[in-house]
Amino acid sequence: MLDNILESLAFILGTTLMYSAPLIYTALGGVISENSGVVNIGLEGMMTIGAFFGATVGYYSGNPWLGFLVGGLAGGALALLHAIASVTFAADQVVSGIAINFLGPGLALFLSRMFFDGATMTRPIDLEDKIPRSLDKILTKGTFIEKVFNQYDTVYLAFILVAIIWFILYKTKLGLRIRAVGEHPKAADTLGINVYNIRYLCVFLSGVFAGFGGAAMSLAVVSNFRPTLISGQGFIALAAMIFGKWKPQGAMLACLLFGAAQGLVVFLGGTEFQVPSEILAMIPYVLTLIILMGFVGRATPPAADGVPYEKDSN
Amino acid sequence: MKTKLKLKEKLFSGNLGFTLFSIVIGFVVGAIVLLIAGFNPLEAYSVMISGVFSRPKYISWTIIYATPIIITGLSVAFAFRTGLFNIGAEGQYIIGSLVATAIGYFLKLPPVIHFIFVFITAALAAGLWGAIAGYLKAKFGVHEVIATIMLNWIALYLNNYFVMLEGFKRPQSETSYEIQNTASITILENWKYSDVGREWLSNYPILKDILAAPVNLGFLIAILLAILVWYILNKTTLGYELRAVGFNRHAAEYGGINVEKSMVISMFIAGALAGIAGALQVTGVTKSVAILAAMEGYGFDGIAVSLIGSNTAFGSIFSGLLFGMLKYGGPKIQPFLRAPSEVVNIVIGTIVFFVAIPKFIRMLGSLMNKKRGEKNVG
Amino acid sequence: MDGRNFKEKVVEMKNITKMFGDFKANDNINLTVHKGEVHALLGENGAGKTTLMNVLYGLYQPTSGEIYIKGKKVNVENPNVAIENGIGMVHQHFMLVEPFTVAENIILGMETTKGIGVLDRDKAIEDVEKLSEQYGLYVDPNAKIQDITVGMQQRVEILKALYRGADILILDEPTAVLTPQEIEDLIKIIKNLTNEGKTVIIITHKLKEIKQVADYCTIIRRGKYIDTVKVSETTEEELASKMVGREVSFKVDKEERETGDTVLKIDNLVVRDNRNIKAVDGLSLEVKSGEILGIAGVDGNGQSELIEAITGLREVESGKVYFNSKDITNKTPREIIDSGISTIPEDRQKRGLVLEFTIAENTVLENYDREPFSRKGILNENKIKEYAKDLIKKFDVRPNNEKIKAKALSGGNQQKVIIAREVSNDPDLLIAAQPTRGLDVGAIEFVHKSLVEQRDKNKAVLLVSLELDEVLNVSDRIAVIYEGKIVDIIDAEEADEKTLGLLMAGRGGKRNEN
Repeated sequence: MLDNILESLAFILGTTLMYSAPLIYTALGGVISENSGVVNIGLEGMMTIGAFFGATVGYYSGNPWLGFLVGGLAGGALALLHAIASVTFAADQVVSGIAINFLGPGLALFLSRMFFDGATMTRPIDLEDKIPRSLDKILTKGTFIEKVFNQYDTVYLAFILVAIIWFILYKTKLGLRIRAVGEHPKAADTLGINVYNIRYLCVFLSGVFAGFGGAAMSLAVVSNFRPTLISGQGFIALAAMIFGKWKPQGAMLACLLFGAAQGLVVFLGGTEFQVPSEILAMIPYVLTLIILMGFVGRATPPAADGVPYEKDSN
Repeated sequence: MKTKLKLKEKLFSGNLGFTLFSIVIGFVVGAIVLLIAGFNPLEAYSVMISGVFSRPKYISWTIIYATPIIITGLSVAFAFRTGLFNIGAEGQYIIGSLVATAIGYFLKLPPVIHFIFVFITAALAAGLWGAIAGYLKAKFGVHEVIATIMLNWIALYLNNYFVMLEGFKRPQSETSYEIQNTASITILENWKYSDVGREWLSNYPILKDILAAPVNLGFLIAILLAILVWYILNKTTLGYELRAVGFNRHAAEYGGINVEKSMVISMFIAGALAGIAGALQVTGVTKSVAILAAMEGYGFDGIAVSLIGSNTAFGSIFSGLLFGMLKYGGPKIQPFLRAPSEVVNIVIGTIVFFVAIPKFIRMLGSLMNKKRGEKNVG
Repeated sequence: MDGRNFKEKVVEMKNITKMFGDFKANDNINLTVHKGEVHALLGENGAGKTTLMNVLYGLYQPTSGEIYIKGKKVNVENPNVAIENGIGMVHQHFMLVEPFTVAENIILGMETTKGIGVLDRDKAIEDVEKLSEQYGLYVDPNAKIQDITVGMQQRVEILKALYRGADILILDEPTAVLTPQEIEDLIKIIKNLTNEGKTVIIITHKLKEIKQVADYCTIIRRGKYIDTVKVSETTEEELASKMVGREVSFKVDKEERETGDTVLKIDNLVVRDNRNIKAVDGLSLEVKSGEILGIAGVDGNGQSELIEAITGLREVESGKVYFNSKDITNKTPREIIDSGISTIPEDRQKRGLVLEFTIAENTVLENYDREPFSRKGILNENKIKEYAKDLIKKFDVRPNNEKIKAKALSGGNQQKVIIAREVSNDPDLLIAAQPTRGLDVGAIEFVHKSLVEQRDKNKAVLLVSLELDEVLNVSDRIAVIYEGKIVDIIDAEEADEKTLGLLMAGRGGKRNEN
């Protein structure tokens, strides 16, 4: 009995970690972009293009890390478009993000058909060419710990990235400047900080992270790219970022919650348990709404989030 | 000469000019992408065009494709004009189609009345679904973009939950039962497959071809809705209030307008519109709802339709038709040329992208003027 | 004098012209400032003072003209160049990051670091403490900006400039937001700075302060250089006439009047602000028909919350508001408007107008849903148009075209639209909150005249203003607000700036006597 419970718990925790990782990368992308004052609703599109490039480069090169890296760069490249629109041309950032969400999946599927004989699905990567599980050799097989923590390396990398982003934002000169630009760009400008450069950097990085998120999906959680692979995870990551009050550590916790819900759905799918999985799948979204209603403290975005910065000298 | 210049100026400064320019750029970018991929863009575009216009049936289909996104476009445009960003048309559409199917299947009512009942209940349910986001914004300050994203997913899972229920789910399928014929708005649905109908239609090949698609009243209703949206926004006190709140909620509040109520009403109307889109799709085309693995995209397409239509009611009709053409004609390049049909999404994305940056087009315009000015001086 | 000899030129701006489109904000202006002096830049709102200083600070590029700093010609491309050349600027609207600490704000852009790019917060705090001691500018380096007073925020701004090694400090309207006592402190700080060899340029339109603190004064009018004078050799009147280009009388013409019944009665009112602090705290007040009651006070003492509470925009926690003997506490804005109260709001662009609406649409903001402007929910566009045309003519709004959007109007004309709308409702009580903020002299006169007209029609007027002169000149009675309470009410005839100043700072007054 106890063994069964432990077994189930290990399974749920393990799947939670696995499903959270892509969300964490992408949510971190949202954190860095919005802390600099650029709303990024295009995370979905950036994640999709990252997933495609990750799977494709991974398949052809046989090197998952190269795929992961290229996935990130592809996301970053798409993000540069968002930066051009929202930083240089003072576009409505939500509208520009919507455009990205058409372009990302459009480009991914277009290229998929080009590279894979008209298929919208990339060919699966061999098991040994997926992202490795480095802890596989260290942990003793069959233990609780092993079942929970024997994960793809991208999972651990996600948590390391959370720590790095946290450190950069709150402990470094660059972080202070990023947050200043997100709160009061004019103040930063008068102190000689280049608002545009900072925002370009942050939007680019947000694309890279979202691309990582997509690649972590297509190179680790599954082993290929397909049209419905991302479907909405970018938006979930966006919600997680807000849920986490625009902070990397908060976003991470929110992603774990969303991941846990997914983990539970998968787990219950394999049992005779009576709660319909659809209702369960709904819970994180309902929870997010409740949190946003302010029962657990108000979530306030950076003061200049979503506001284009235009120097008024012309 | 002078009038010509004026026209040009108007095009460059007005919304219409930006939009037309963006559409041109969209197709140019699409052409470049096709070219790089080794296809002849002219060939591809001509396949699309003949895929839309060469047979009456194709035109029927294009309009059928356009109808729901014209209406979700109206939904988004209405919210936009009142200062709200309705990303939730997707979920409101789902609620509308789900309720329409349920009412259309379970209730037994006479023709016409049945449809009207389906129409109203779907609009009400989706309106309330939209109003949730309005209420959350008014009462708790929850940004409607985030609230509607959440509500989209909740709607999707609700749909999947209800479709799976015993008595509603058609056995051995992933879909619900179909609605009663009394609720259908497909034109001459039974007659055209009856012996009499077939015989009669065989004498009129064009009509027969038109009716080969599930032609329905949806498009007419969409146009009526566009007129209604335009009228409410511009000619009524309600429209005045909603627009005032949208432009400047502080001034509206000071002028005695109930801002919170306005937000809820605005999202209710937007939701109802998106729900109607779903109801018309069910009663005119699909007849049932299915389990959704992912978002179908009617709501998201509606956002693009609205943006390309400059967030106006009549603009939504035209951009919705453009969308219908791309969505119906686009995939035809796949079998003909083996060219990826997703170039359509790239075209749409590019158009929206350029619609988002009027500043770029304005700069381009002033750059050209400057050059001309210099020439005149020299 | 005091060892400062004003021989060494530190700033020379020669023939500066700055165009915004077709508009000449600065037209061939010259400015020379010497080391160690306090140089005032005087001019009306919109005269081009701030533009000139933004050019010096590198925020704007001049269309033509040259800038010499310490004898060297400098092309001030951006603020960095200005900072390198020892120029610091304190903007009128503070450029502070609210959720950051004092120290973080001061070091931003010139951060103290250890290792590669890691912030050294301890060093930052140490540096700030050292600097604040040197110039007598006390601040708490660890406090967050959002938690400290406006006066303190200003010190942070000055420290920011000093931290960057500024020896030429530009202060843009530094006293606008300060209490009289804080102004005294600021003057002391400025003296300290010049004693340490710093040079101060102060932008202002307040003549008294110039007399108190400045050595030289350059006057600008409508973008043009008028004169530079030695302050000790001139009078306030002379400065004023140079500023506006004609003799000015500060007095508003009005006749004696008998006051009538009490129109507005406020009883022990308590209202909380956005931070949930009691901004209005047991305030009582009466306004009678046929009088203008002015409320004097320093910004942030509950004025905004008081007006919002009377007009139904903010919830009253306790206490009562009576209007014509009827209880209107916590009624909706619409009910209060309909009962006969009109308001000229303090922020015309935020509250007063829907900038994207046409003038015509704006004129019916409060009665669009009543006949003849609409029937059964359908707007009557013709009637609205006629009404707007009528108001435009009566109040001389320019351009006289009801179809253009409110955002296309100048500040003065926007205010005219609001006044036209509010006065045309024929209210028993007109509330005017900072009705002349940012307007030029002509527009100010128009506003004052409109207020007096209401009074002469035996209506009640409640005027709230941060400009003490305005309150003194326009009101019949003056109530002084301090920390959400009325500390005293004085007849305008008997009031003078000194008494009011002390009351505004919370000293003296009835409340403090018992």
